[in-house]
Amino acid sequence: MLVNQFLLLGAVLFAIGVYGVVARKNAVLVLMSIELILNSVNLNLLAFAMRSGTVDGHTFALYVIAVAAAEVGVGLGLVLLVYRNRRSISVDDLSEMRG
Amino acid sequence: MVAQQIGFWVIAAAMVVGALRVVTTRNVVHAALWLVVVLSGAAAQYLLLAAEFVALTQVLVYIGAIMVLFLFGTMLTRARIGREQDLDNSYRLLGVPVALVVFAAMAIALWRGFGDERLPEDARPVPTSAVSDQIFGPYLLPFWALSFVLLAAVVGAIVLARKD
Amino acid sequence: MMPARAIAAASGEAAHLLEGGWFLDHAWIIPIVPAVAFLAILLVGRRLPMKGSELGVASMVASLVLSAGAAWQWIGRVGSAAEGQFVEPVVHTWSWWRIAGVDFTIGQHVDGLSVLVALVVAFISTLVQVYSLEYLRGDRRYTHFFAALTLFSAGMLTMVLAEDMILFLLGWEIMGLCSFMLIGHWWEDGANSRAALKAFFTVRTGDVGLLVGIATLFFAADGWTRETLGLSGFSIRGIAAWALSGEPDATVITVAAIALFVACIGKSGQFPLHTWLPDAMAGPTPVSSLLHSSTMVVAGVFLVARLYPVFFVGFDVLGPGPNPVMVIAAITIVIAAALAFVQTDIKRVLAYSTVSQLGYMMLGLGAGAWLPAVFHVFTHAFFKACLFLGAGSISHSASHHSFDMKRDMGGLRRHMPVTFATWVVSTLALCGVFPFSGFFSKDEIIDNVGNNGYSFFMWVGLGGAFLTAAYMTRATWLTFFGEPRGAAAGHHGHDAHGTHGDDAHGTHAGPHESGPLITVPLAILAVLALGSGLLNATPFGAGWERIKDWVEPVAAVVPAESHAGGDVRLVAAAAPSAAPTAEEGDHHASPCGTQTPEGGVCYAPQLAHAAFKWSKAALSMAIVLAGIVLSWLLTSRLFGARDPRLVGLTGRSRALRAGHRLLVEKYYLDALYERVVVRAIVGPIARAAYAFNQRGLDGVIHAVAAAARGLARVTYGTLDQRIVDGTVNGAGAVAHRAGAAAQPAQSGRVSQYGALLFGAAAVAALVLVLTVT
Repeated sequence: MLVNQFLLLGAVLFAIGVYGVVARKNAVLVLMSIELILNSVNLNLLAFAMRSGTVDGHTFALYVIAVAAAEVGVGLGLVLLVYRNRRSISVDDLSEMRG
Repeated sequence: MVAQQIGFWVIAAAMVVGALRVVTTRNVVHAALWLVVVLSGAAAQYLLLAAEFVALTQVLVYIGAIMVLFLFGTMLTRARIGREQDLDNSYRLLGVPVALVVFAAMAIALWRGFGDERLPEDARPVPTSAVSDQIFGPYLLPFWALSFVLLAAVVGAIVLARKD
Repeated sequence: MMPARAIAAASGEAAHLLEGGWFLDHAWIIPIVPAVAFLAILLVGRRLPMKGSELGVASMVASLVLSAGAAWQWIGRVGSAAEGQFVEPVVHTWSWWRIAGVDFTIGQHVDGLSVLVALVVAFISTLVQVYSLEYLRGDRRYTHFFAALTLFSAGMLTMVLAEDMILFLLGWEIMGLCSFMLIGHWWEDGANSRAALKAFFTVRTGDVGLLVGIATLFFAADGWTRETLGLSGFSIRGIAAWALSGEPDATVITVAAIALFVACIGKSGQFPLHTWLPDAMAGPTPVSSLLHSSTMVVAGVFLVARLYPVFFVGFDVLGPGPNPVMVIAAITIVIAAALAFVQTDIKRVLAYSTVSQLGYMMLGLGAGAWLPAVFHVFTHAFFKACLFLGAGSISHSASHHSFDMKRDMGGLRRHMPVTFATWVVSTLALCGVFPFSGFFSKDEIIDNVGNNGYSFFMWVGLGGAFLTAAYMTRATWLTFFGEPRGAAAGHHGHDAHGTHGDDAHGTHAGPHESGPLITVPLAILAVLALGSGLLNATPFGAGWERIKDWVEPVAAVVPAESHAGGDVRLVAAAAPSAAPTAEEGDHHASPCGTQTPEGGVCYAPQLAHAAFKWSKAALSMAIVLAGIVLSWLLTSRLFGARDPRLVGLTGRSRALRAGHRLLVEKYYLDALYERVVVRAIVGPIARAAYAFNQRGLDGVIHAVAAAARGLARVTYGTLDQRIVDGTVNGAGAVAHRAGAAAQPAQSGRVSQYGALLFGAAAVAALVLVLTVT
């Protein structure tokens, strides 16, 4: 198997995730797109780990998964709070910071 | 290795289709379910990369816990579960060129960097003990930091989502 | 994919080659068919003429045919075995992943128990699906209902035929998920979705035990099973043989048995986790019928029966004292039966009756009456499904979707002769009246419990039989006798499910008999409720004990042989005919379960069977009849004649009022779980987090802020005023002009910022990539 087939799959997922972050309005869907990005990173980490025959990539992939769990927890907490205050979770409605 | 090659392409196709549906579907719950497809595919790819412990963690944490969080989040913030028109914002079309440029940059870099280099054929599966030796050895400090992050996230999530 | 060979072992000199057959070898297709049908219903169901229901029904019929074929060939296989020979299960495994020389397998394990349960499940599922065609006609989520129902059956069949505990767990969890979807089918009603959540979470609480139990067994047994049998520690056969090998540490196997039993308590609605089961009646009636007669709740009983050696050794079944299984089961029998007396909802009566009957099955298993318990699973499936479907038929056609016996029923026997007849047959079977099927199973359990030396539990069982007869008589009287009330008398007004879009039936003129799609399944089930007991009719002699011959595994020492090929130590290499039972033909001489088997392994413990005595049967018949008569007199006087001495008795007597209140409040268990347990866990966490937030974090922030203020004052006085200000003022003017020019991009919209950020980063990266060669 080529190294690149995994790396390119990761790149495709990353690009799709970027599209999702940009194009989605629903905050939960934005979080899901971020999950796509994180997973593509993990795919790369593990592909490199196999290529180099070391374990470090696995370790960091696990860290990424743990951080992702924390991120989703806090992210959804924020979304919930926003929803409670505004009855909407559209990120476009959060434009109070307009300069 | 032919079987693994076929497996890779089948799973990769499913993942790409799933990922596209995640970012295009009009139904939040469907998006979550398509995300499950992508995450399961990722777990399968990790197995192909001889990382069974990470694959297992992926299934447990992502598909088990994070997806449930997503579904709860969806249900707590939405009265209705079904098709909606209003999920994409007006910058949708801006997203396409951005994503394409991102992909192009990465693809060019990857192709230049690795070309048709092959993965080692005789790779042994990584024993979980090696991973744990790494975590509790050289990478202990990040591990500590991570535990603080998780603690902060737990506390933060409760504080944020508390009713009163 | 490498199909392992079918195992046909021979024991000692009396070696007989066991018969196999296509249906036995391909039993794995049984769960695959509904699983595929589930996918098909999801994908194309809505476009089909019958909205996908035909796929569900067809797949269940196919599973039923395949199960029947497997049962037929299993009977042939048992027949081809010699006296006292252990009938090897038909096992096929395929390894789907191999890592570091360890195969992960998936496979089928077909023996008498799995064939029996699979047949019952497929049969009841088929009837329930046919019944649902009529019952849910016009429902908004008709297609989804059939999809979930089909997947549910697939999950149960997977679990029943699983070769290893991983697949078992998979089926178990699929069922849990589908039960959640089915109970909450009408989730627009808040009570229904609460019931679904309650069922799901209560069962999940128990499921933790299943995970712990499987893991414990795997780590404890894996080494031994690999060395001796070439099986993994997940294999059901491996675990059974290991448990009886005298090898396991007493503590470990007890822990594993307790953990697994916790899962059974959750799934099979045993005390104290039985509270979800009556609430689960919120689902459509066919769901109640399927879940609470033969599938979901029986899963826990099946787990105990399947891994019986673990429980046998871990809990010291047949030992001198009572064991946890029996104690829990005895409590369950009595409290659930008592609760059934205060219910006004007919389905809740049946739900508590189910809980109580599951208690009987567990009592049998706990007291070493394996076969009667399994046989009770078999007969209970028929009469309980019939009762539930009968209740559904009443609400569907006579009481305007109400299940309230006191308000909307009464006198229905004249309007619904078929439903009434089938109900009475099933009620008599449930009460255990000779010669209905319940007699042959329930009485056997009670009899064997006494025979194995647990007289106290035998009396509990007899007391439970009295209560069963009494509450079923009460429910029957309220439903079918007396004066019609409410909807049954033709009063319209409240339509419990009228809001669910199935108003197609809301226009009936009055109570009437249901259509053939409902009455035919009822009639079939009633015939089986009447006759299925004859398959193991102990009173008529050994020749009638067919289920015993077909299902109960023979407790014989089998030479250990490798099931996986390769170099595995053959325990029996030096002792080819060390199976004494095979030669003596005397079952009670088998050492299995009581001592370490020499020269081989055991897959089942040796159990005793009580000899049937008409005197004992007469005693239990007298108790049941007393229950019926007493309850009939009281109920008809209380509800029919409104006898002033009985009406309002709970209001007058303080002791009775307290008892009644305790029952109505379900022993306050729900209150305990919701108020005490949940609050005790959730409350402190939230409070601690809040306190931490207020004091810990805020304190740090205040301290930092105070320090920063001090520093700022010093800086302000010296540095800021003189040097920086001049620079800043100049820079500010520039920034102001630049900002005005860039204002359109500063919309405050996060996603636009995201797009710009990613776009800029991507362009920069592209430039870098292209320039760096």
